[in-house]
Amino acid sequence: MGQTVAEKIISAHADRPVTAGEFVVARVDAAMASDTTAPMAIRAFASMGGRKVWDPSRTVFVIDHAAPAPNERIANLHNLMRDFSRRQNCRLFEAGSGICHQLMIEHEIARPGSLVIGADSHTCTYGAVGAMGIGVGSTDLAAVLLTGKIWLRVPQSIRIVVDGALCPGVRSKDMILSVLRRTGIAGATYMAMEFNGNAVERLSLSERMTLANMTIEAGAKTGFVLPRGLRLPEDPAQILPDPDAIYTETLRLDGAAILPMVSPPHSPDQGVPVTQAAGIRIHYAFIGTCANGRLEDLQAAARILKGARVHPQTRLIIGPASRQVFLDALRDGTVEALTAAGAVFIPPGCGPCVGTHNGVPGDMENVISTGNRNFKGRMGNPLSSIYLASPETVAASAMQGCIADPRTFALEREPA
Amino acid sequence: MNEPLIQGRAHVYGDNVDTDAIIAGKYTKTLDAKSLARHVLEDLDPEFSRIVQPGDILVAGINFGCGSSREQAPLALKTAGVAAVAARSFARIFFRNAINIGLPVFELPLADIAAGDVLRIDLTSGKIENITRRALYQAAALPPVMTAILEAGGLVAYLRMHGDYSII
Ligand code: SF4
Repeated sequence: MGQTVAEKIISAHADRPVTAGEFVVARVDAAMASDTTAPMAIRAFASMGGRKVWDPSRTVFVIDHAAPAPNERIANLHNLMRDFSRRQNCRLFEAGSGICHQLMIEHEIARPGSLVIGADSHTCTYGAVGAMGIGVGSTDLAAVLLTGKIWLRVPQSIRIVVDGALCPGVRSKDMILSVLRRTGIAGATYMAMEFNGNAVERLSLSERMTLANMTIEAGAKTGFVLPRGLRLPEDPAQILPDPDAIYTETLRLDGAAILPMVSPPHSPDQGVPVTQAAGIRIHYAFIGTCANGRLEDLQAAARILKGARVHPQTRLIIGPASRQVFLDALRDGTVEALTAAGAVFIPPGCGPCVGTHNGVPGDMENVISTGNRNFKGRMGNPLSSIYLASPETVAASAMQGCIADPRTFALEREPA
Repeated sequence: MNEPLIQGRAHVYGDNVDTDAIIAGKYTKTLDAKSLARHVLEDLDPEFSRIVQPGDILVAGINFGCGSSREQAPLALKTAGVAAVAARSFARIFFRNAINIGLPVFELPLADIAAGDVLRIDLTSGKIENITRRALYQAAALPPVMTAILEAGGLVAYLRMHGDYSII
C-alpha cells in the first residue's frame, strides 16, 4: 500500500513499515529547545536521572524568545542553558543568532527526510525542506535528550493542492491564511498536511517555510511542502508520497483566486480578503517572526516603503529572523531603505511575537503583524488587537496608518 | 502515582481555550510553578486563580490548549490545584504535555455539565459521574502508552523507573 510522506519518514525512523494510526517508538535525528522550553527540559532531564545527553552534536539550544535578556530572572535562565550546553557539549545559538526554526534550516540541521523533535510548536516549519518537524513540550524533549527516541502516533494526512499562479502582491502567507480559513483552527488536529500543486512548486524556500510554519495553526502535528521545484542535495523520493497514498481529505485551491488576506483578532483562522479590512486604523506594524521575518520579506517591505515614510501615527518594528538575514539585508540596502522610512530594527529573534519585550502594544491598540498567531494577549497585552497579514500588506498598512491593500502598490512578483 | 478517583467542582469554559489564555507568554519564562499558577487563565477569567480549589476539575469545549507547546500551560493548571481537565477535544501538544506532567485529561463528548457541578472521575475507566445532576458520562480511553505514563505519575517518573520506552 502507498505511503504518505509522514508514513515514509516515520517508517525510516522506526525501522519497519508503518501506516497511519499505529503507535511507534522512533529514532530522532535532532532535538531542539528554546529559552522558553529548555530550562524546564534541562530540569526534567536531571529528574529522569539523565547524566549525558544521548548525542550532544544533535542537541540544539537556542536563546531567542526573550533575547537579549530583558530582566535578571530570564538572564539566569539563559545562563542555565549556557552552563548545560557547555558541560554537555551541545550546540548553543546565543542571543541575537536568530529564531530557532530559521537557524535549524539555515544551518541544515533539519534535513530532508530527517525526524526533528523541537520543544516549540512551530517545529513543523521544517517540512519546507522535507524534514518531519514535530513540536512537543519540555518533558517530551527531555525524554529525547535521554533516549534519542520519541513515541509517536503515525498521523493521518490531509492533502492541499494549489494550482494556478498567484497574482502579483499575493504571497504564500495569503495562501496559508486562505487554507486556515477552510480548515479552521482544529481542522488538522493530530494530522500531517501535505502541500502540493503548481502554485506551491513555484514558491521559494522562504515562502515554503511560511506555509509549513502555520500548519500548527490548523492543529496539525506536522506539515510538508512537497520538494518539487526545490533544489535539494538528497534524493527527493524519500520525501515524496506514493501515488496511491491514502489521505483523509484533499483540499483544492485556485492559486489565481487567492487574494491578499488579513486574519482579524483573535484567531489565525478568521482570514478575510484585505479589502474587507481596509481602513482599520493601525497603531503598530510588526515585520518578523519565523513565519515571515526573512530576507525576501524585508525586501518586499522595502519595495513598498523605499523613499516613503511610515505613517506618523504608526510605528513599524522589524525583527530579522536571523543574523544572516540581518547581514544580507544590511548588505543589499534593505535595512537602510526601511530605517530611512522610519522603521525600528530589533535584534534577530522572536522579539514582540510572544509578548516578552521589544515592542509590547498598548491598551486598545491595533497591531498588524507578519506573525502566525493573534490570540488575545499574544503580544503581551490582552487589551490590544492583532491582525495577521503578509509582509507586503503590513508594509502598505504601516505607510497608510490603516490596513491597506498592497496591490495598490503595483507589485511585480519576483521571478522564482 | 495518581489516585484512581478524584472529586471536585467543575469550572466550565468554551471552545479553543488557547495556551496564551491558559498562561500568557510573558509569564512563561520561569522555573517557579507557583508564579505560573498565580496567572493561570488570567486573560480568560481573571477570578479563576483566586477561586480555584485543590481538586477542582476544568471542563471545556473543543480544541482545548491549542497554540504553543509551552508545558507551562498544564503545569500552571496543575499547580493551581486543577485535578483533571475534561474537554470535547484537545490540541495535540497540550494533551501530551498534560499526561507527561501527570495531569489527567479526558476527551468527553458533549455533556451537560454546569459550573459548580460536583464531578467524580474514575481515572482508570474514564467514567465521569456528575453527582449534582446524577448523570454518568464516559470519556474516551487513552492509548496504552499514555495510560502507562499517567499511571507512573508522568513521563519523568516513567523514565526514572524504566530508563527507556518499553511500552510499544
Ligand atoms: S517567532 Fe514567534 S512563533 Fe516563531 S518561534 Fe519565536 S515566538 Fe514562536
